[in-house]
Amino acid sequence: MTDKIRQYFQSLLLWELVKGLQLTGKYLFRRKITVQYPEEKAPMSPRFRGLHALRRYPNGEERCIACKLCEAVCPAVAITIDSEQREDGTRRTTRYDIDLTKCIFCGFCEESCPVDSIVETHVFEYHGEQRGDLLMTKQKLLANGDKHEKEIAEARAKDSLYR
Amino acid sequence: MLSEIYQWIQGTVLSSIVGFLVPEIFQDEALLLLGIVVKIVAILVPLLLSVAYITYAERKIIGYIQCRIGPNRVGFFGYKLLGLGQPIADAVKLIFKEIIIPSGANKFLFIIAPVLSFAPSIAAWAVIPFDDVSVLADINAGLLYILALTSLAVYGVIIAGWASNSKYAFLGAIRSAAQIVSYEIAMGFALVCVLIAAGSLNLGDIIEAQSGSFLHWYWIPLLPIFIVYFISGVAETNRAPFDVAEGESEIVAGFHVEYGGMVFSIFFMAEYANMIMISVLTSIFFLGGWLSPLQGIPVLGSIPILSEPNIIWLLLKTSFFLFCFLWFRATFPRYRYDQIMRLGWKVFLPITIVWIVIISVMVVAKIPPWFN
Repeated sequence: MTDKIRQYFQSLLLWELVKGLQLTGKYLFRRKITVQYPEEKAPMSPRFRGLHALRRYPNGEERCIACKLCEAVCPAVAITIDSEQREDGTRRTTRYDIDLTKCIFCGFCEESCPVDSIVETHVFEYHGEQRGDLLMTKQKLLANGDKHEKEIAEARAKDSLYR
Repeated sequence: MLSEIYQWIQGTVLSSIVGFLVPEIFQDEALLLLGIVVKIVAILVPLLLSVAYITYAERKIIGYIQCRIGPNRVGFFGYKLLGLGQPIADAVKLIFKEIIIPSGANKFLFIIAPVLSFAPSIAAWAVIPFDDVSVLADINAGLLYILALTSLAVYGVIIAGWASNSKYAFLGAIRSAAQIVSYEIAMGFALVCVLIAAGSLNLGDIIEAQSGSFLHWYWIPLLPIFIVYFISGVAETNRAPFDVAEGESEIVAGFHVEYGGMVFSIFFMAEYANMIMISVLTSIFFLGGWLSPLQGIPVLGSIPILSEPNIIWLLLKTSFFLFCFLWFRATFPRYRYDQIMRLGWKVFLPITIVWIVIISVMVVAKIPPWFN
């Protein structure tokens, strides 16, 4: 009975509403956690999976040996590889395409690669303006690798402890 | 302060314009007419500007409550200025958007509906007193006029819902009509309490009757009515948590689903103008309008400018209630429809009726300090 009376007066005095207002009022003065994107950026894990790149060895030789493990493992069937034997007897790719419109950025290609050739970089700010811009060819991928080799190597070194 | 500014304008600009353009015999009438137009502009321009900037304040405040920053990009001349250019940019965008009239809609009513909802919320400003002499139309039935015009606004919503020829719009209109009609009653009775307490329908007289100190304002003898009035005001303007008429999760956007561009933004402006209206009225009826809260306090009451009646006090009180509107929206989830009806008919209506009796007894018994 007393509970009922108390409940009655509490609802009449808007008790719970006032408590709610108090809470939101407190949050009004909280520190704001918005990251203001182009000026500020959130921290990124070394395992971040962004734009793909093909790496080279320090002597300039491309790493990829056309084992086609990445092509086989790719769940979105985004990778197409053709290969042939070079004059020096090594097997190299003649074609290495990644269709970024198919890619789901799962990182399986990177994981499956025995020579750390195909990697995903930290680059996520890219776009295509024409049909075909997002079809990464071997040249584009190698160029990406050359451009971002330093960051790629750093990220790999940081993550090597856990591999 | 306001009346001095007006008299200066009348004495210099207006009289020279009239003296230059109008023949001798009509000069007095022309001066009067021009004076009224100037007053209307002086009310409308700040009103529309504040409508624009309340949308900004709403996004900012709700953002802050949600630990976000809110709009902070659009500024002027390359400076961001905390995003103060946002409402202007929004307005420009809306103005240049195409007005789409659905093929099944009643064209005439479809276009007239936003006007019908916006016009009363502007027209009601005619009787709002800004300080002891500055009021556009100092009529004796100000309170009645306000009640009449705030009730008119519902027609805009109903007609918009019907003319759109869309089921969601129609549902929204029906909900809104039922809600506004039920809260209108509680609101009317709340105003009857104010009327009994002040003994006048003139808004200026209602404020004068509250003078003394902030303890003389009607929020103390009419405390439940004060709360009932403000909550009914929130319900009247279809604001959260009473926004079932819009109910974006159930009926998309209610009565204005089919509207876009400028026609939509007129509904939007009507809603915000109504919010300002309710806030001003609440501060006039219960917080002594332009009266200073320092008035009548022993030491503070003798400070020269702060303790005198001033439009600033009205604006401050209004801003507080406007902030409450936004605060409520950030805090409360939407009421269920039957809860809204229950609150209006089974809680607010009895409270106001009981309080009419109580306030009448208080007035008859001349209970100090309010009614002696």
